[in-house]
Amino acid sequence: MTAFVEVTRLGRSFDVSKPWLNRVIERLPRRRLVAVSDVSFQIEEGAVYALVGESGSGKSTIGRMLAGLMTPSEGAVRVAGSDLHADSGARKTARIQMIFQDPYASLNPRWRVRRIICEPMVVTGGETEGLAERLLEQVGLSAEDADKFPHEFSGGQRQRICIARALAANPRLIICDEPTSALDVSVQAQVLNLMSDLRDELGLTYMFISHDLTVVRHMADRIGVLYLGRLMEEATPAQLFTRPRHPYTQMLLAAAPLIDGRTRDIDLPRGEVPDPISPPPGCAFNPRCPFAVELCRKQRPELRDVDGVRVACHLAEQIGTPPAP
Amino acid sequence: MTPPVLSVRNLVVAIPSRAGVSRPVNNISYDIAQGEILGVVGESGAGKSMAGNAVIGLLDRPAHIASGEVWLNGRRIDNLGPEELRRIRGRQIGMVFQDPLTSLNPLLRIGDQLTETIREHLPMTAAQARDRAVAALEEVGIPAAAERLNSYPHEFSGGMRQRVVIALALCAEPSLVIADEPTTALDVSVQAQIIALLKRLCRDRGTAVMLVTHDMGVIAEAADRVAVMYAGRLAELGPVRSVINTPRHPYADGLMGAMPSLAVGQRRLRQIPGAMPRPMNIPSGCAFSPRCPRAADKCRIDPPPTLGDDPKGRAACWFPMEHPA
Ligand SMILES: Nc1ncnc2c1ncn2[C@@H]1O[C@H](COP(=O)(O)OP(=O)(O)OP(=O)(O)O)[C@@H](O)[C@H]1O
Ligand SMILES: Nc1ncnc2c1ncn2[C@@H]1O[C@H](COP(=O)(O)OP(=O)(O)OP(=O)(O)O)[C@@H](O)[C@H]1O
Ligand code: SF4
Ligand code: SF4
Ligand SMILES: [Mg+2]
Ligand SMILES: [Mg+2]
Repeated sequence: MTAFVEVTRLGRSFDVSKPWLNRVIERLPRRRLVAVSDVSFQIEEGAVYALVGESGSGKSTIGRMLAGLMTPSEGAVRVAGSDLHADSGARKTARIQMIFQDPYASLNPRWRVRRIICEPMVVTGGETEGLAERLLEQVGLSAEDADKFPHEFSGGQRQRICIARALAANPRLIICDEPTSALDVSVQAQVLNLMSDLRDELGLTYMFISHDLTVVRHMADRIGVLYLGRLMEEATPAQLFTRPRHPYTQMLLAAAPLIDGRTRDIDLPRGEVPDPISPPPGCAFNPRCPFAVELCRKQRPELRDVDGVRVACHLAEQIGTPPAP
Repeated sequence: MTPPVLSVRNLVVAIPSRAGVSRPVNNISYDIAQGEILGVVGESGAGKSMAGNAVIGLLDRPAHIASGEVWLNGRRIDNLGPEELRRIRGRQIGMVFQDPLTSLNPLLRIGDQLTETIREHLPMTAAQARDRAVAALEEVGIPAAAERLNSYPHEFSGGMRQRVVIALALCAEPSLVIADEPTTALDVSVQAQIIALLKRLCRDRGTAVMLVTHDMGVIAEAADRVAVMYAGRLAELGPVRSVINTPRHPYADGLMGAMPSLAVGQRRLRQIPGAMPRPMNIPSGCAFSPRCPRAADKCRIDPPPTLGDDPKGRAACWFPMEHPA
């Protein structure tokens, strides 16, 4: 049995060189930015797989490749058994939809909600009679809202409209890229609950991208931690939050503001994420890692199984639990 | 007894328009003591930034202080002219905003910006001011500070820029700092560094801080007391631990229930139905009444007592939540 989503050695780089003439005059070399490198993971049907990481770690790039909106430079994405980028019919049978962070930017302001929601169905030539009304009610809005324009809604309501639009094409997999990052907590709770309900009702599979560890912990069945385009660790929320294995995961958990944290004393993170155009050699985290040894600066650690968790760290066996917060 | 550094009394900010007058800040009162960090939290549009900007006389026309008083170190400042207010900003009140570039001049070397601010407010020679600028940069953790004086803002990373802004805000040793979403644009690891820095500097110098943010986690890590704003009013004001663990205002209670970090192991988050009203459509009586699970007839008619009138009152509510001891 293969998994519903199978991502194998996925990589994506961008040409970020200056224009040709500048390069010639200023004698600059071509520059490539490796946004995603050697990322492999699987998602079971009906599961929620989350990607976390700081800004620029490659989350959205992976999301776009999974949605078939961007071609990988290396590796492959297989959904429901067929290769998304090699097999031209695969995107259609896989039925993938995407939800973005900014619900306003992703809705055409001049279209009525009915047209926005029915659009994916119009494209595939399906039946749209009563569709918008039914979906609006399914996401907790009312049928009358179909005749309104996006600006007449609040941020949370707009995100519901985006979800309704994603549901119109009867999807199996939804890629959610920071779906609640622009929303207030009280509104976020409404949207996250809705997403959980829809998953239960429709058996949806989610790829859930977020930089917010508390949201990811709440939603995910499995979490992948990204740093500079690579997977550092992959585990269940229970494993990750009780015993983070990778020093970067440990740093992220320590740095995340804790609602009951005021009295705790944390080791402050060192430094900042380095320039992705010239990442450090060896383990990408080594300049900030409190455990780094000579080997870390020379050789990149492979992602490997350690006690049922996948970790990319030379010292994964030695590094234990950080002091309890 | 020393007077509070900042004392705000019955402050009302009004915005006249053709449709009528809206009051995005409506009758709020609070004090901040020396060395104290007061967190101001609330949803987008609650009036947090307006409340902070009113204190420093930075309201954009047509918004203005319609009534109420602002006292800084025992001196009334809300009725001062623009020139006097400008002198108070920088010297007595430091400011840190979400986007560091709003506080930095992109065309000036940061050393010049620092020495200019220092000499504007303190009687110092150019050489003295330069030494002080280096010390200020060292204090906020900028490596090789003396060399960085010649750098322009764009040569720094986002986190480093925010450090420079903090150095700029604190270089004239103000007694009050107003920080509006100072870490919202930063990664968690950098956020943790910046929060720790703000806390340390303010503790060491006894600076009072008004920390405006929508992130309850940041407040929990940094603040001594927290003010929860809703629709332009203070819903609850009290010690940060008490408000988080035993909220008395039903809105504050709903907010805590919606936080994923407080719902570990729960399938669903608690949600507050509906959305916060816009300043033009505030319901009569208690502004929260249409969404409040405890609302009674009285709530829809009579506004609850304003916080601050009764120094013991923690929540502006007719029927505050009780918590068994
Ligand atoms: N079209 C592009 N051209 C050049 N570089 C790109 C492009 N898209 C992304 N990148 C770079 O690739 C890296 C990964 O970007 P990506 O948007 O995937 O990060 P992310 O994890 O989603 O970050 P964020 O949390 O800020 O959304 C970044 O360094 C980014 O600057
Ligand atoms: N120039 C303006 N004219 C009219 N209304 C305004 C103006 N500026 C702000 N408002 C309104 O005043 C209210 C308070 O705004 P404010 O910026 O203080 O909110 P906030 O709590 O800081 O929100 P956020 O978390 O989004 O920063 C909002 O409802 C906003 O729409
Ligand atoms: S491989 Fe080395 S540098 Fe990288 S995380 Fe592990 S210990 Fe740290
Ligand atoms: S005054 Fe009434 S409506 Fe307002 S918060 Fe209290 S109980 Fe709810
Ligand atoms: Mg992204
Ligand atoms: Mg604001």
